[in-house]
Amino acid sequence: MEQMQAADGTPLKRSLKRALRRQKLRALALVAPLLIFVLITFVIPIGNMLFRSVENQIVENTLPETISALKDWDAQGGELPSDDMFTLLYIDLWLAQEQKLHTRLGSRLNYEVSGVSSVFRKTGRRVGRFDTDIYTEQFTELDPAWEDPTTWVALFEDDAAADALQLTARTWDRWSDYLVSEDEDPAAEDIQDFLFTALHFDLSRAEGLTEGPPILQSAAEVAGSFKTVNLKEAFADADNDWADLELWQTLKLYSPTYTPGYFLNSIDMQKSLDGIEMQPANEQIYITLFGRTLWMSLVIMGCCILLGYPIAWLLANLPARKANLLLILVLLPFWTSLLVRTSAWKVMLQQQGVINDVLVWIGLVSNGDRLVMINNQFGTIVAMTHILLPFMILPMYSVMQTIPPSYLRAAKSLGATNWTAFWRVYFPQSVPGIGAGSILVFILAIGYYITPEIVGGTQGVFISNRIAYHISSSLNWGLAAALGTILLVIVLMLYWAYDKIVGIDNVKLG
Amino acid sequence: MADTSNAAAFVEFERVQKSYDGETLVVKDLNLSMPKGEFLTMLGPSGSGKTTCLMMLAGFETATHGEIKLDGKPINNIPPHKRGIGMVFQNYALFPHMTVAENLAFPLEVRKLSKSEREAKVKRALDMVQMGEFGGRRPAQLSGGQQQRIALARALVFEPELVLMDEPLGALDKQLREHMQFEITNLAHDLGITTVYVTHDQTEALTMSDRVAVFDDGRIQQLAPPDTLYEEPENSFVAQFIGENNTLEGRIEEVQGELCTVKLDSGDIIDARPVNIAGPGTKTRVSIRPERVEFMPERLSPDAHLLDAVVEEFIYMGDTFRTRLRVAGRNDFVMKYRNAPDQRRLKKGEEIRIGWLPEDCRALDA
Repeated sequence: MEQMQAADGTPLKRSLKRALRRQKLRALALVAPLLIFVLITFVIPIGNMLFRSVENQIVENTLPETISALKDWDAQGGELPSDDMFTLLYIDLWLAQEQKLHTRLGSRLNYEVSGVSSVFRKTGRRVGRFDTDIYTEQFTELDPAWEDPTTWVALFEDDAAADALQLTARTWDRWSDYLVSEDEDPAAEDIQDFLFTALHFDLSRAEGLTEGPPILQSAAEVAGSFKTVNLKEAFADADNDWADLELWQTLKLYSPTYTPGYFLNSIDMQKSLDGIEMQPANEQIYITLFGRTLWMSLVIMGCCILLGYPIAWLLANLPARKANLLLILVLLPFWTSLLVRTSAWKVMLQQQGVINDVLVWIGLVSNGDRLVMINNQFGTIVAMTHILLPFMILPMYSVMQTIPPSYLRAAKSLGATNWTAFWRVYFPQSVPGIGAGSILVFILAIGYYITPEIVGGTQGVFISNRIAYHISSSLNWGLAAALGTILLVIVLMLYWAYDKIVGIDNVKLG
Repeated sequence: MADTSNAAAFVEFERVQKSYDGETLVVKDLNLSMPKGEFLTMLGPSGSGKTTCLMMLAGFETATHGEIKLDGKPINNIPPHKRGIGMVFQNYALFPHMTVAENLAFPLEVRKLSKSEREAKVKRALDMVQMGEFGGRRPAQLSGGQQQRIALARALVFEPELVLMDEPLGALDKQLREHMQFEITNLAHDLGITTVYVTHDQTEALTMSDRVAVFDDGRIQQLAPPDTLYEEPENSFVAQFIGENNTLEGRIEEVQGELCTVKLDSGDIIDARPVNIAGPGTKTRVSIRPERVEFMPERLSPDAHLLDAVVEEFIYMGDTFRTRLRVAGRNDFVMKYRNAPDQRRLKKGEEIRIGWLPEDCRALDA
């Protein structure tokens, strides 16, 4: 087929594209502020959350030498790692405690095995006082130049030396990087014991070092005969757990950069040497909590439908003036602080509260057994139904408004009773409103935080309260992120299922 | 007025009044009686009470006073779903969540007919409106005219004896409307059903109905067959409302049986037929149809009173010529005449004399 051409001979398609480009650019410019805002405040945080829920770099970043050596250690062999491993751990920990990183790692691993945190704290305090100064003494005795940092700087500018002394070179790099980041000059700082420990580690393994600067060659010749320190004992002395297999197994288990550990914890499971297993029964809370959150959200949604439908119907069918007044009443709660509303429920529902007082006064309930209506699931359901009700009423109202009263009249004129007319003709047409309201209420309810926190007690709290706890109290952000991710996935799955069953086209907000 | 004590009356309104707010009457003292099988149209401007009357008959509004009878039985206290009256709504009110066939089956279902009966009746009703193929469609997939037919079929499928239609053709374009007018009247006559039809379109009323009730201000102004209504309006509202009409205002000079003379406000004297006047000296409005005005001298009777006129505008309309004249001090007097070989085309500014037969000029209430 011949290509269509514009009047000036250019292909019509290109012409059209050029003409539309300006419009498209303008449209893009108009949405850009919102797009950027959403990107920064929504997409990036969610991406960050998803990432945090699996991220586990802290172990490898804090103990790089130990972790890389642990790869070859058989965790199920029943034997502690070799002495070399303790040397590497010593170097890693020394650097970590200098940078105050060891406590963070301790807290991270404490999420998996309780008690690890104190092990790291205790060892961090002791690691500087290990007897490794004998290496420093022996090297400086051999050649005082070892004490001079410039010797070290010069030594590791030489690639051959760096090749020969791999551990020392890596350690020196970490040390000098750290100093530079602290605005210190590596060439001016004292050489610390751990660097001599690394040097001894390398030299005692280097056989026949023939190249490199003389100072190194002479040190290499005698290093094998130096006095040594038993770091394994030193660690065991600092904290007994280092002589225990479990701590090392935990380290190995949580050494990968990415871990499903947080997600497993979120569903009451954990990693073990034999694979994945359930948490001990007394530590299982999350599945129950997810189940309760879903169940209570459903109940709240159901209550909202039952209470909201008649009001929405009234709103849609009253004369405009009365409907407006009613609408204001429906919207009134929106103008009151959420906290105030929830606190008001506290006043209403507590045992010495308004409702109980009234019940006692009219004699329905004796003073001795006042009803417990707060700090439990009942309180949460009542308060949240009240708070979320407008979100149910408004979509239902806007859908009902579009249903002309002539449908009901038509049904009646065709012989249907009031009930049949409502059920067969009106109700099916109002379903999109119920659907929209239900999705809205359910999704809001499932992530609700403040109200369950205030009136929920222990039995009425939601998963979001647990997330908040991990964010602000236990600081286990990885677990909080995993719980949040699961919540997000549940909502998306429900949304998807709803789309399959009802069809999202049938959801109308007006 | 029709005889309200008609024994054969199928639908009867007896002194019916309706007020919504307790202060004003929307329907004032309505009396109406319809025999079985009649096609009656309620015609009137909006707010004249015609739709309220229909709704009272259907049972959606209750009469404030008076009685409505169907087939001799008062129905004031019968709920709408027990009245068995078919109804076609202005916007069709087809249930959007049901297919066409389900819509039609709905009245049969609530009447608990068996499935096979339902299917047979739905099919017959669809065939009746030539929509047999469309049973599986949703109303939204149909054009306006098709929806109209379905609405009609649904109102008829349970075989009611009375069908009410509330401006059913209002949403259709002109051509389709004319076609549907024809179909509805044919169907109504073929099935022998009694029909009450509400519209504000006078052409529709004139072409479809056996009788037309012209509503204004909550009252029936005139109830008559279309030709009577057009040619013999009883008051100036009906004369104005039905068809095109010239109105001249003046006072009665003299009444002589079937003839009277009227002195217009401009001082001219014209002949008219006294219809709705109080007597000599009272004010009157005379009404004359544009097509009954003559200007060719040979067609005017010599002893008639004639008026001087100046042509203001001449409009060529194909089959007719429409001329706007300045007559007796007003310039909205319209004369229409046929495009025939013996007719003359007037020119703007031309001065002519016009006149009419006295019986074509009706002196009505002022």
